Amino acid sequence: MPRHLLIALAAALPCLVPALLSAQNSGPARLDSPFRPPVNFTDETTAPPIPADVTDDRRVARNYPEQPPVIPHNVRDYQITLNNNQCLTCHSRQYTGASQAPMISITHYVNRDGQTLGAVSPRRYFCMQCHVPQTVAQPIVTNTFKDVDSMISRPSDGGDRR
Amino acid sequence: MRWTIPEYLLRPWRTIAGPSRYLSLGFLTLGGFAAGVMFWGGFNTVLEATNTEKFCTGCHEMRDNVYEELKTTIHFTNRSGVRATCPDCHVPHNWTNKIARKMQASKEVWGKIFGTIDTRDKFVAMRRELAEHEWARLKANNSLECRNCHSAESMDITKQGARASRIHQQFLFTGQRTCIDCHKGIAHRLPDMNGVPPGWSEAANETDEPVRSWLAERPTGVANPHASP
Repeated sequence: MPRHLLIALAAALPCLVPALLSAQNSGPARLDSPFRPPVNFTDETTAPPIPADVTDDRRVARNYPEQPPVIPHNVRDYQITLNNNQCLTCHSRQYTGASQAPMISITHYVNRDGQTLGAVSPRRYFCMQCHVPQTVAQPIVTNTFKDVDSMISRPSDGGDRR
Repeated sequence: MRWTIPEYLLRPWRTIAGPSRYLSLGFLTLGGFAAGVMFWGGFNTVLEATNTEKFCTGCHEMRDNVYEELKTTIHFTNRSGVRATCPDCHVPHNWTNKIARKMQASKEVWGKIFGTIDTRDKFVAMRRELAEHEWARLKANNSLECRNCHSAESMDITKQGARASRIHQQFLFTGQRTCIDCHKGIAHRLPDMNGVPPGWSEAANETDEPVRSWLAERPTGVANPHASP
């Protein structure tokens, strides 16, 4: 086979392979993914409605001690900018008396060198990097997380791990 | 030498001061009335035209800074589609107060001509001062513009969150605070808030003098619409 014909075939290969693959399937490929409704790849589906925020002001228990507590109230338009941190107008130490909001943990006053500052450390300034509001949306994938207490109180399997 | 009024000033004065010689009383009365209607109509039209959002955002200072900030807030976009325009919050609805505000606003024309905030940097640098003017105005008139739409009487605190309900009962219904004390920056980005305590803190106690004097003039019993009789 002449050399230039080989090169031409090699160049055409990336185009030929998908064409061959699609020829094997009759009709458009269906994506049966848990993250998508069972529709064809080319179909347009209407987006599900945006779920409502949970704003019942009830504290949610943490799943593990290091979990940043979630926000149980509306945070629309809360301004956390260079000029102002609206979360701290209730949750900072000096205003919790009037607002009755939980005070931010003292760990938020410690900077990365381990120095405790008089106010919130710059690395902890942007509250909603860790603390987030919740919605009533149901998880697409069921969460099987168990906290440490339920792991400890689980009946022993007697070392049988089969 | 005695100073005399020149003839070219004296003649029109005699005409104005003297009784009408050639025009009938009916023409003058009706004509004066018609001219008055036209003048007042024109005045009011101009007044209303300068009281629209289109007029406010006609300048890039307002359109590119504060109007853009308003667009994301609940006073512009919300579930019911009712929205506040610039004059709803920044110009009193009451006529006398409106004219007073309009006269104040002539300073803003000066600012426009001399480019006081004609760049973003100038605007950001002046944001605290501009905000303080608005806070002072709303504090002095007990948040009059807020109360054009929001009234304590119509506020159903059972529909509010526990937090909002408690704070409104504690501060708003007792007249200790007015809307702007806590609700700063609800429609625009806030300036540097250094030294501005939130309305619910004890530190804000010293700053409510205008509201106290306003409340002193009010008849008793109105301050708390939800008080049990």
